[in-house]
Amino acid sequence: MMSGNIGRQGQSWIFSVPPTLIAAAAIGGPKEGKGPLGADFDYLFADNRDGQESFEQMEQKMLQIACEMAIAKAGCVVNDIDFFLCGDLLNQITSSGFTARALSRPYFGLFAACATSMEGVILGSLLIASGAANKIICAAGSHTCTAERQFRYPNEYGCQKPPQSQYTTTAAGAAVIGSEEGTIKITAVTTGRVVDLGVTDSFNMGGAMAPAFADTITAHLLQRGVSADYYDLILSGDLGRVGRDIALDLLYRRGIVLNEHRYVDCGCLIYGDDKSVFAGGSGCGCVASVSFGHIYRRLMTGELNRVLIAATGALLSPTSSQQKQSIPGISHAVALERIKQ
Amino acid sequence: MVKKPKVASWYDPIIKAHGTPRPLFRNCFVAFIFGGALCAVAEYFQLLISQIPGVSDKDAASIVMVIVIALAALLTGLGVFDKIAQQVGAGLAVPITGFANSITSSTLEFKSEGYVLGSGCNGFKLAGAVIFFGIGSAVVVALIELILGIV
Repeated sequence: MMSGNIGRQGQSWIFSVPPTLIAAAAIGGPKEGKGPLGADFDYLFADNRDGQESFEQMEQKMLQIACEMAIAKAGCVVNDIDFFLCGDLLNQITSSGFTARALSRPYFGLFAACATSMEGVILGSLLIASGAANKIICAAGSHTCTAERQFRYPNEYGCQKPPQSQYTTTAAGAAVIGSEEGTIKITAVTTGRVVDLGVTDSFNMGGAMAPAFADTITAHLLQRGVSADYYDLILSGDLGRVGRDIALDLLYRRGIVLNEHRYVDCGCLIYGDDKSVFAGGSGCGCVASVSFGHIYRRLMTGELNRVLIAATGALLSPTSSQQKQSIPGISHAVALERIKQ
Repeated sequence: MVKKPKVASWYDPIIKAHGTPRPLFRNCFVAFIFGGALCAVAEYFQLLISQIPGVSDKDAASIVMVIVIALAALLTGLGVFDKIAQQVGAGLAVPITGFANSITSSTLEFKSEGYVLGSGCNGFKLAGAVIFFGIGSAVVVALIELILGIV
């Protein structure tokens, strides 16, 4: 117990004075803009490189714009931010480090693969609730061309992908969290445990991460003492169509029945029925942009009141994968609730 | 080499029940038709070219190969190759087009790291394995032939 504001139940922290999600911004690439959530992005790039010298620079630019837009929407300036928490998928998370260089605020670099955005929200909320900070910004981003070549093959390499593979999202999202009053509150957070059931197929990330999602959801509901129906919407981060089905099955076996219409996956949501992305989107920009764009807007308008976002990450590297190691999965959950004023 | 871990016995049936299996039959069939057609068209052009006075059959084969490689590289650069390859799989990967694509795609990909340390060092990143084992097996076959020839 750090202060009176936080009550811990196992892996979960339930805030008696919940931190506020002051503002959020989502940036997307051309493919994301054409998807069903296109209108929910704050800014869309028409090109995957937009004049930058490399795709890596483009990824960094997206992260920086997301942060700057979120800070502007929060009605504050960069110097009001006490801490910057950020992560991406590149080796040594350089996109985040370079963004931190531009923002020049105290910085924590994070890595939880596609679960990075929610890891940032959890740590940020704890910083706020404990009184260690008044305002923080957390962000995460990914780019399809940087991730593909790092984790798989060159982008133009003609490899036949299996149906359960996923497509890395070109997007970034940022959120400003603070102690001041506001509409959206972060009421509870659950930090995931690493779950690894021995899946080695790096084309089946959904199957590798679904058990971690089920583990975190079970822990969250039990430790918060609510049923799944408490939430208007439960969101998983990038399990894709295959992983989503497995997650529903796993939770059902544990006696937790998720309503089909009130449980969606960010990876399925962002591209809709687009067949070219196979089982759906992935990458830490996917959950970040869906949560801080689409979901944030629906919470603001009152269309949604209680949302549980459980981002999932696959903690593998190309080296671990080639050395035939299995894929450890992690899932971090954050409950966002609209407080009526 | 590390031993491959196994999927937990209770989870294996669940993951198999939900995963869509690779459409193996469809992939093999499409690859067979497309790859075969590609080779037939190349063969036709080879016959045509060999009709040109002064061009031997061997020269004609080399000329066709150069054209096919150039076309594969061009399609890779235009961003079309990977889209066709997703549909026809081995139909494009097995002929020399696959080899051309692996080098062109790597060379393009690593251009952002410079011509020498980027494209130069990484151009054969994928094709290197083919050359490594190609030369290796050629040496073995040549040795066998040599030994059999002596006997």
